[in-house]
Amino acid sequence: MTITFWQRIDRAGRNLAPFAVTVFLVLVGMVPLHLPLYAPVAPALALMAVYYWTIHRPDLLRPSAVFLIGLLQDLLSGSPLGLNALVLLAVHWVVLNQRRYFLTGTFALMWFGFGLIVLGAAFLQWAAYSALNATLMRLDTALGQAMLTLALFPMFAWLFVRIHRAFLHG
Amino acid sequence: MKPRTSGSVVRFAAPLKALAQRFSFLLLVLASIGLMMVGKIDAVLVDTVRARVTDAFVPILDAFSRPAATAARFVESLVEYQNVYEENQRLRTENARLLQWRQAALRLESENNSLRTLLKFKPEPGLTYITARVIATPGGSFVRTLVVTAGNRDGVRKGQAAIAGAGMVGRVIEVGEWSSRILLITDINARIPVSLESSRLRAVMAGDNSDQPRLLYLPPESPVAVGDRVVTSGHGGLFPAGIPIGVVASVGERGIKVQPLAELGRIEHLRLVDFGLGSGPIETEPGAGAK
Repeated sequence: MTITFWQRIDRAGRNLAPFAVTVFLVLVGMVPLHLPLYAPVAPALALMAVYYWTIHRPDLLRPSAVFLIGLLQDLLSGSPLGLNALVLLAVHWVVLNQRRYFLTGTFALMWFGFGLIVLGAAFLQWAAYSALNATLMRLDTALGQAMLTLALFPMFAWLFVRIHRAFLHG
Repeated sequence: MKPRTSGSVVRFAAPLKALAQRFSFLLLVLASIGLMMVGKIDAVLVDTVRARVTDAFVPILDAFSRPAATAARFVESLVEYQNVYEENQRLRTENARLLQWRQAALRLESENNSLRTLLKFKPEPGLTYITARVIATPGGSFVRTLVVTAGNRDGVRKGQAAIAGAGMVGRVIEVGEWSSRILLITDINARIPVSLESSRLRAVMAGDNSDQPRLLYLPPESPVAVGDRVVTSGHGGLFPAGIPIGVVASVGERGIKVQPLAELGRIEHLRLVDFGLGSGPIETEPGAGAK
């Protein structure tokens, strides 16, 4: 009945999985793939992770953690500080409020919901950049990035499900 | 003893905690917006923090980038095997052409030297290069930067030009101890003083996040033709003059577009130009930028 010290450590380690996976994907997203035309439309991997874990384990991915992940992404990617933090927080907030629809539905519904989220995030990002640069930025690459992120989502969702089962249901 | 104190603490703390949780989103959103403001007001501070954090993540990014580079090279070598014959033919003809050019260059060099001795011309100081490996290309639609593995200790300074392959690709905007960040010429914030090689017209090349930056501030009715070479003009003292950047790709109503010589999507290594002259102008550059 009593939880030993080691069990507690083990549980803490497992509970870190959503955060660790998201940070890992932020770093993977920076890898230079040397493909022509790829970098501008590189999929937003952290966005997928935040979406998935907010639906399934919001208790393990708190707003403060989402904020820190966004901040890390801003610092490493050279985008204005606070911008990705804002976008990821907005995604987290929206998904958290609509969580029961995503949780009860099928995968198709989850994918469809992700489509809406990705488009919203792209638009928010575009609006923030436009405001910061005081010009209207181009929207086409942002939409391309959103489409690629949406297309790759099932692959990463499968990965998240595996990690979810391996670490958090064991 | 303990339960009682914690009880009284809980009595005060619980509503506060609930309040904080309720408003944590709002607070964090405000913090994000506040940070954006800070970035606008005190860019130097943010750059310093960014450089420190990037430095800290260099080992991880470096480790991640290696297998990706190997895989990319493998795919590329497979593709190259397929058209090795045509490539060979092409290189033969190109070699023949270049040999002719070499003769021309040697002749011009000797002529140049003799003319310089006549004029007592003071040559520009020699350039030194720092070679660095690209370890991160942050994806995203709105920012075009690279992170490379050379920093302050290797002699990298803010403002140095970055060259990959045939042409200039960007300039250093942020220097850490082991890493630095390059702003590519296609980024919306990139502005480079250039001149057109044939007509010696000066212009500013401005990125707009598309693949082809535009030329600004050319006098109206300038004789610009597709295929004109664009090189750095050396004005402002940041870059040495004459580094090739690209060729004019199109002249139209939407402005004059320049196709960069280097393939910006597949840079693996690049050279940072240490412009011996420029320690003065380079150090005054952040102040000039803040105005």
